[in-house]
Amino acid sequence: MTSLFEYAPAPESRSIVDVAPSYGLFVDGEFVDGSGTPLKTVNPATEEVLSEVATATDADVDRAVRAARRAFTRVWGPMRPADRGKYLFRIARLLQERAREFAVLESLDNGKPIRESRDVDVPLAAAHFFYHAGWADKLDWAGLGPGPRPLGVAGQVIPWNFPLLMLAWKVAPALATGNTVVLKPAETTPLTALLFAEVCRQADLPPGVVNIVTGAGDTGRAVVEHEDVDKVAFTGSTEVGRSIARAVAGTRKKLTLELGGKAANIVFDDAPIDQAVEGVVQGIFSNQGHVCCAGSRLLVQESVHDEVIASLQRRIGTLRLGDPLDKNTDIGAINSAEQLARIRELSDVGEAEGASRWQPACELPERGYWFPPTVFTDVSPAHRIARDEVFGPVLSVLTFRTPDEAVAKANNTTYGLSAGIWTEKGSRILAIADRLRAGVVWANTFNQFDPTSPFGGYKQSGYGREGGRHGLAAYLEGAR
Amino acid sequence: MTHVLDPDAPAAAIPPRREPLAPYRDVTRSDAAFRAFLHGLPGVDQVGAESRVAVLGTRSIKTTAKAWALDAAISMVDLTTLEGSDTPGKVRSLAAKARRPDPGDPSCPQVAAVCVYGDLAGVARDALQGTGIHVAAVATAFPSGRASRAVKLADVRDAVANGADEIDMVIDRGAFLAGRYLDVYDEIVAVKDACGDAHLKVILETGELVTLDNVRRASWLAMLAGGDFIKTSTGKVSPAATLPVCLVMLEAVRDFRAATGRQVGVKPAGGIRTTKDAIKHLVLVNEVAGPGWLSPDWFRFGASSLLNDLLLQRQKLRTGHYSGPDHVSVD
Amino acid sequence: MSTDRLAVRKTYKLYVNGAFPRSESGRTYAVTDAKGAFLANAAWASRKDARDAVVAARAAAGKWSGATAYNRGQVLYRVAEVMEGRHAQFCEEVAAGEGLSSSRARAAVDAAIDRWVWYAGWTDKLGAVLGAANPVAGPYFDFSVPEPTGVVAVLAPQRSSLLGLVSVLAPVLAGGNTAVVVTSRTRPLPAVTLGEVLATSDVPAGVVNLLTGDAEEIGPWLAEHDDVDAIDLTGAPAGCAMELERLAAGSIKRVVRPPAEEPDWSADPGLTRLTPFLETKTVWHPMGL
Repeated sequence: MTSLFEYAPAPESRSIVDVAPSYGLFVDGEFVDGSGTPLKTVNPATEEVLSEVATATDADVDRAVRAARRAFTRVWGPMRPADRGKYLFRIARLLQERAREFAVLESLDNGKPIRESRDVDVPLAAAHFFYHAGWADKLDWAGLGPGPRPLGVAGQVIPWNFPLLMLAWKVAPALATGNTVVLKPAETTPLTALLFAEVCRQADLPPGVVNIVTGAGDTGRAVVEHEDVDKVAFTGSTEVGRSIARAVAGTRKKLTLELGGKAANIVFDDAPIDQAVEGVVQGIFSNQGHVCCAGSRLLVQESVHDEVIASLQRRIGTLRLGDPLDKNTDIGAINSAEQLARIRELSDVGEAEGASRWQPACELPERGYWFPPTVFTDVSPAHRIARDEVFGPVLSVLTFRTPDEAVAKANNTTYGLSAGIWTEKGSRILAIADRLRAGVVWANTFNQFDPTSPFGGYKQSGYGREGGRHGLAAYLEGAR
Repeated sequence: MTHVLDPDAPAAAIPPRREPLAPYRDVTRSDAAFRAFLHGLPGVDQVGAESRVAVLGTRSIKTTAKAWALDAAISMVDLTTLEGSDTPGKVRSLAAKARRPDPGDPSCPQVAAVCVYGDLAGVARDALQGTGIHVAAVATAFPSGRASRAVKLADVRDAVANGADEIDMVIDRGAFLAGRYLDVYDEIVAVKDACGDAHLKVILETGELVTLDNVRRASWLAMLAGGDFIKTSTGKVSPAATLPVCLVMLEAVRDFRAATGRQVGVKPAGGIRTTKDAIKHLVLVNEVAGPGWLSPDWFRFGASSLLNDLLLQRQKLRTGHYSGPDHVSVD
Repeated sequence: MSTDRLAVRKTYKLYVNGAFPRSESGRTYAVTDAKGAFLANAAWASRKDARDAVVAARAAAGKWSGATAYNRGQVLYRVAEVMEGRHAQFCEEVAAGEGLSSSRARAAVDAAIDRWVWYAGWTDKLGAVLGAANPVAGPYFDFSVPEPTGVVAVLAPQRSSLLGLVSVLAPVLAGGNTAVVVTSRTRPLPAVTLGEVLATSDVPAGVVNLLTGDAEEIGPWLAEHDDVDAIDLTGAPAGCAMELERLAAGSIKRVVRPPAEEPDWSADPGLTRLTPFLETKTVWHPMGL
């Protein structure tokens, strides 16, 4: 039914953002040219080229690492911890002050709805700096052993799904613990990291403390494999995670990995159904499903399967797909043509393997990369769409009859990042949460994040935690 | 017209309990069955409900959408006065405003109803003759509902006889909170009978029910008993209408229609004072119950000061500049 | 009466799933004392023995990790008690294998027993020390708890055949993991005796599996095994560690790298050997009426 109440377009103004025609690398406090062939970064909603961004070669990365080492040895390492904290507080404030600018730029470069970049990504990024700022001069009380010391230079490689937020998750704890940073943003979403570089200058952060090298996989490899890097932190695919773990084998480098997932969202028959459906929608369709902890497998108790699916479909029918800058958009663009191809391929496999595909009537814009919210029912645990990470707005629905079966199916994956439980029964929540092999368990909620709350995976979803007291350990020498 | 209550009158034979619609015919068979049914409804997670309305609250309603929403909201207002100091003059003035909310703009829609105490329903009826604007009267010992059933039913009959074609009753919250669900049900059924042709709005007084689980149960109870509308509040208890409460009630009417085929309206009342609040409610209606509820037949705002804010916003949209309180009429 | 009684020699076997099987390969190798004199033939574990040990460790993982921390603490303390009863035997084996004076061997055995006691006391404190209630900015209760990683492969130290072994094994168990241990190749006898201690204490079958033999041969199979969650390379033979770490990367295993040289095991271990085999699980729940 078309509504009488058609929301008129409500686009956030782009004018707040000044995208330069080209960007260099941020090394030693300066923007410098890269030696590699520059990359074009496009707006995935329109395929318009936003800017040309430098590619850092091995030599460029080496300069960045040397700058980071110098800054570590001469400035950041010896600095009074309280002052390090103050720099982070400054950065947090600047992120808040320039929040709208960051949000618009993030939505332009990534394709995510402005509602999410504005209400989730940017405020959380600022919160991460604010939280870690406070740790800088309190590390002795972190319970991580006596006299914790920084590791040195951290090489960090981040993904394209939450560009600024992942930067914050990496940079804030590294700096708070006294390390310096060489960070490589994803090749399709470098712009907010470069704007962050500007914030570092605005905050008068000493040169070399944060260095940002843009580029593709080769640049990332150069960062990870650089001899003078003491710590490698990576968020991205399990496949790349493996190769990084191989690359740092036999070195002194400390490694943390935050990789893929195939989270089960378990809905019991006594669940608060409307909130569960909402959580399922949130869990798989927010950020177009480009979320490592997305609830991509719905495990629903057989007795409420039909009711939940009907309710889910009705709810999906109200999602608004389109212009990421429109304040009423719920589902934005797929980040790249490459990712869109992968989502299409896996969805086709799902159908070919015998699962039933459902998509709402949904008009896709003519230009740009788009994929409608998709639900597969009749999925068996043997299907690829029940096992492989799609990293898109594609939900696979499986059923269970008993709590034991739910747990067995939920754990039947090589991943172990997150899981969801929906039931009104408290003791069941605790029992199931206890048995799920996943680093984050959301009960009667989903996709909640907070800087105070450790996040990270079991099994092949990676190791190490980000956030909370636990996240500090990844950046400290001898931390237990 | 006066009603004389005769305490010595023989009790009327108790008619067999009216059954709810299929597929729920047997749920009122016994106290135990009814309790099992109401407590078997899916629970509501408060935090989840609040975050859902928070997200819907970010919908940005601009230009044409806003123009539509303003007119829709005005047409859904039950323009209300429920004060001890109400007089026929006050009610006539309200009725005049109901007919022509913006005297300077004949394109402005009229409101849905004027809502008054039962003794003034006749004044409202006379003042609204021929306008199509409904006369709503609160009854059943509004707002507390603390009177005998005979008094409550007399109150209803009196209001209807005075000319009300909509009755806003209050449920017995004491009985509800004590778990005497069938008592509450029977009373609504009896009031519905007493209404005759008048539409029945059932006020749950959600501020006294406190939990959203209770709001869902009370909504179902009222719908099963035959209420034409479920209404949040009397306006005399705080909190009155809140978005999470409205969300749960909209889910209830949506689910009830899906199960029984019968559509029930929703009326948040009390505390909705700004256009922004009203539009948030309309977004909720649109995205939760669906566009089928986006009309005065199925959604109302119980309000008084809201109307002036809607009018000011409407003027701004029409003229392109801001206005002030002296450019709309005082009630 | 003749004093030349013919000794009854012990047959040294593996300890897998609570039983003492021979290597499925049928292989054995000669174990000598520090001076090169023959001590015994030990079972030479094969990749299939390692495979069986992983199956046993996985099967035991649910029950062991699900036991209460108090219960696990008591079980580990019981190991110390039973070891105490075999004190003399351990001293003899450590002295012979490591070429230590009897007083230094005794010190090593004492320390090994005390290490079980130390870790026995940790089981029900880890949650308090490593867990947290996280003050998130919203209406949620959010808590983090340490949980066992799962099945841990341990390449035990090559030199310190008992104290070193206990120092790497006990923390794995204290955290609630199950273990597949490759013992010191040349000094396996204290490990064999420890297996007998474990079998007669309250440690459930499969929780500890001890493979005597060559870490260089079995290590890669364990490092590459998809159902092993973590690997401790402390006793990895020289030159093997990097390759083992690379193999472990295939299944994103948690890896404890070997120290440059074998440490002094008598030092206070702190939490450094516990945390690598613990995962932090964070649970969120809304708070509403």
